[in-house]
Amino acid sequence: MRETCLNQVYELAKQDERIFFIGSDLGVNTLDKFKKEMPERFFMEGISEQHVVGMASGLALEGKVVYVNTISTFITRRCFEQVVADACLHNLNVRLIGNGGGLVYAPLGPTHLAIEDISIMRAVPNMTVVAPADADEMRRLMPQTVDYPGPIYIRLAKGYDPIVTTDEIPFRIGQALPMREGDDALLVSTGITLKCALEAASELVKQGIECAVLHVPTVKPFDTDALLARAAIVPVIVSIEENTVIGGLGSAVAEAIAEADFNSVKRFRRIGIPDVFAKHYGSQANLMEHYHISASEIVSTVRHLCALRAE
Amino acid sequence: MNKPKLCSPPLDQRSIALRRRIVHVLGHGGRGHIGTSLSPVEILRVLYDSVLQYSPGNPQWPQRDRFILSKGHGCIALYVLLQEKGFFPEEELWKFCKFDGILGGHPDPKVPGIEVSTGSLGHGLPIGVGMAISAKYEKASHRVFVVLGDGECDEGSVWEAAMSAAKHKLDNLVVMVDYNKQQSYASTHEVLDLEPFPDKWRSFGFNCREVDGHDVAALERDLAQVPFERGKPSAIICHTVKGKGITFAENNLKWHHKSSLKDTDVEELLKALEEQ
Repeated sequence: MRETCLNQVYELAKQDERIFFIGSDLGVNTLDKFKKEMPERFFMEGISEQHVVGMASGLALEGKVVYVNTISTFITRRCFEQVVADACLHNLNVRLIGNGGGLVYAPLGPTHLAIEDISIMRAVPNMTVVAPADADEMRRLMPQTVDYPGPIYIRLAKGYDPIVTTDEIPFRIGQALPMREGDDALLVSTGITLKCALEAASELVKQGIECAVLHVPTVKPFDTDALLARAAIVPVIVSIEENTVIGGLGSAVAEAIAEADFNSVKRFRRIGIPDVFAKHYGSQANLMEHYHISASEIVSTVRHLCALRAE
Repeated sequence: MNKPKLCSPPLDQRSIALRRRIVHVLGHGGRGHIGTSLSPVEILRVLYDSVLQYSPGNPQWPQRDRFILSKGHGCIALYVLLQEKGFFPEEELWKFCKFDGILGGHPDPKVPGIEVSTGSLGHGLPIGVGMAISAKYEKASHRVFVVLGDGECDEGSVWEAAMSAAKHKLDNLVVMVDYNKQQSYASTHEVLDLEPFPDKWRSFGFNCREVDGHDVAALERDLAQVPFERGKPSAIICHTVKGKGITFAENNLKWHHKSSLKDTDVEELLKALEEQ
């Protein structure tokens, strides 16, 4: 996904002289082609994220479209004030590409785990937050980021994630994608958790429970209409995300449902990272399992909520 | 190297008139940063009188020099000059910090003539670096001027941006530091000493000069010579006095900021100013 994303930046930059790229201290040979062919628009600025986001904002104020890339935690936490006061307050065309969203850097420990990037980016006015599910979706996303107005946070997953999206459903920033329809329960996912949601839905249908799956690559602006249209017809709703359950996709879903004035009862749960720092290392998959962010957890949660409904 | 005169010349009528205006704005707002709006008056005056290229009728004129008051809390001095030059009507000055006014306690780009929102310190120089890189890329001749506060230079982002400016040989970038040597709590020496300050800028790749920041002629002379060196960003450390022009406010931290100014305070400030 990262390779697809950065290659797209390169391809887009070849066609559009407004596009600049700034990295902090990325891996050797990153975007070598960009550096070689368009050196005047390629910058590697060092481990100085506050400066990098400010500099990107200065370039964007002059009409440039600036893609900034480093590890998710550093591009969100370290320079949060520059993201807010420089990029977002001025509503600038700065694109923050965060490597390793969620639990990707499990072996590196909690300093590198972007457990709340979606939440904190979502809380800032003018910011758009996008978490594609796979490289194909990233490929559909990136061309739209060039002229989309205002700052965008793009969360990258681990890479080589299974392809679960399809181009049969048009991708638009700001729109949720209905991956599957059903009227017993609604699963709402973002990023790579779409895979868990689709697997869970396949399992649940075997057990007689028809689940709709709504994929939300754009967590902000949140596609409330798409959610409520499906939430209206189901009694059970479950959100799934590789992000803290505080302030991310689950919160967006909860807020929309709570304010929807449904007459019928809705049973709702958030599946995501609990409000703790990781105490373990291992792999992303290990931590996902540890935090119960999985198809099996979705299945048991949906079954539990459906059973409550039946009582 | 270009050591400043430590004894500033007396303030001339224009400098006193600008300060009078600043006090009136503070009075109408009933609050504001006082000392820190008075120390950069001559820096801003010289920039807007004889250095910067701008067009009040067309604030976004592409060829304009970019100016960033990174120490945004000194904005009243800037507002007074921008209004005087015709960027917005005088009535806005008297709505300082009011609900329906455009002039707040920190600069905002909704004000004609303001490039960027500042106020949180340490943001202006990175943005200025981005603007200067853009100008180089476009082969444009306009320059970027950034005025920093001295306390602001506690921020690491200032020095991140300084390294970057030198790396990119931004000789179209001029940093001016309002070095009044006082920050909110105490002196810069006590809170976080900046010295050897000029050497810091030089070691970060700037060609740095020092000047008496209240000496209009000296400021004009140095600014007429930027860039001081081809291929290097310029820094001018402007030795100033916080609260300059109002004796009881000079170097008096109680006058750094007032959140409630009475009419009698304004009268005292004006009286002290006239006694210059």
